[in-house]
Amino acid sequence: MVETAIAGPAARTGAETMISIRGLSKHFGSIVAVDDVSFQVARGEVLGFLGPNGAGKSTTMKMATGFLSPTAGTATVCGFEIQDRPIEAKRHIGYLPEGAPAYPDMTPAGFLDFCASIRGMSGAEKRRQIADVVDRIDLGEVLHQPIDTLSKGFKRRVGLAQALVHDPDVLILDEPTDGLDPNQKHEVRGLIQELSARKAIIISTHILEEVHAVCSRAIVIARGRIVADDTPHGLEARSRHYNAVAVTIPMPMHDAARAELLRHPKVAAVEAGVPTNGSVTLLVIPRNGVDIVGDVGGTLRARQWPFDQIRVEQGRLDDVFRILTLPQI
Amino acid sequence: MRTTWVVFRRELASYFATPVAYVFIVIFLALAGSLTFFLGNFFDRGQADLQPFFMFHPWLYLFLIPAIAMRMWAEERKTGTIELFLTLPVSIPAAVIGKFLAAWAFTGIALVLTFPVWLTVQWLGEPDHGVILASYVGSFLMAGAFLAIGACMSAITRNQAIAFVLGAVVCFLFTVSGSPIVINFFSGWAPQAVIDTIASFSFLTHFSAIVRGVIDIRDVVFFGSAIALFLFANVVLVDLAKSR
Repeated sequence: MVETAIAGPAARTGAETMISIRGLSKHFGSIVAVDDVSFQVARGEVLGFLGPNGAGKSTTMKMATGFLSPTAGTATVCGFEIQDRPIEAKRHIGYLPEGAPAYPDMTPAGFLDFCASIRGMSGAEKRRQIADVVDRIDLGEVLHQPIDTLSKGFKRRVGLAQALVHDPDVLILDEPTDGLDPNQKHEVRGLIQELSARKAIIISTHILEEVHAVCSRAIVIARGRIVADDTPHGLEARSRHYNAVAVTIPMPMHDAARAELLRHPKVAAVEAGVPTNGSVTLLVIPRNGVDIVGDVGGTLRARQWPFDQIRVEQGRLDDVFRILTLPQI
Repeated sequence: MRTTWVVFRRELASYFATPVAYVFIVIFLALAGSLTFFLGNFFDRGQADLQPFFMFHPWLYLFLIPAIAMRMWAEERKTGTIELFLTLPVSIPAAVIGKFLAAWAFTGIALVLTFPVWLTVQWLGEPDHGVILASYVGSFLMAGAFLAIGACMSAITRNQAIAFVLGAVVCFLFTVSGSPIVINFFSGWAPQAVIDTIASFSFLTHFSAIVRGVIDIRDVVFFGSAIALFLFANVVLVDLAKSR
């Protein structure tokens, strides 16, 4: 399959650091949920927090937002340490907790009014901010229905609206697209991208396509530890499929072609696909991810084997995810 | 202060957003009224006062107040809204006080709605309005102390039923601590000073002092400190839950 790599700008230098996590750990009794996690997020970055369920993503976010106290380490948001200056730090954070909780007996209008008021807004400013976020998240039609009666998608959007109502510098979103239909997911991702230039954003997800769609950087966390911190493109480069070449060859010569390609020093492996319409697609996997499309084309052309549809794979994030997060056996 | 007010408004509105408030008020009024007129022998006494009305308040509060207070923190924990609430820029004391004041104001509303009883004695005779007003103040203060206990118990658990039972038990202990049930348990082995201290914790003793018509500053201070103590414990419990 052809994928366009979104080589996120690794804008780590120069930009203002908004979130700084240092040596954060959380123990629940004898269970180590988060183990010495450190990272920084600058304005303009969208950090994808990846990991299997129970890896410690939510716990890290709960500590960064001041809901849980860390066993060790610090989290600083916009220069305010969340344990020492919680009120100041929380003013700068918009947080969507896991499952987007909201008071079930309130209406979105009442709920947003509460969130805006408690964040110090009043009068015309409050009305403008709420109207703006309602418009942006498209909540108008359910504004006066009890949250309890809303669909899962709308509940999630109410949670997002609440996180955005004060136009925070830092957005921490725990699975913002969970439970949304594909159209809504697309909208939310668009919204995140739109906001990303002016804010530092952390989103947790286990949907890998989301990382492609919105993140400029991804951290993979497994069993409470960071196992990778890279751009989505950099992560893909760790896949054995990175720079692999898929080439479609007529059935009769595919065995010979396969043997020939395997002899090439840059080739690690050749996998054959299922024959269709008298042709077979060979997936040529390079050693150490080097660029081999020229070599493959050259080899086939030298033998005058006809081929069509030659393309370079971008690496598979799900492969990388699996390798990074499965326990080493 | 401002955040306390915002929390107060939301909480108070939330009582009336569900049938809870109306059910509570109706039951409170029905019980307060029927206990006064039937069990309290309101008419047979032939006296124009509200003694029979107020004497049942501690026992009504004993199970009605924990029912109001049980949801305060337990429900937030259960539905997960606590995570949202405590990551808003609001300090824990402001949150605790805002919630408490909303519940207290709600019981105040229920109490004010008992005014027909006052009108009844007014119509039947010439009651001492000073005593009645003092009794209302005393009843409101006692309700506050019960609520603070209930709120504190609600912060211990995510289960509202447990919060209710714990609240009712602790309220009961404070209500009867001056009565023979408790005193006999201690007398004989505990020093007199300890027994006196325990007896002095009795809500009943302090409340009946006020109902007699004297608002003694000591009784007011007693209820005030009971409220302050349990709200402080509430703050500590909510804060502790962060580092569980």
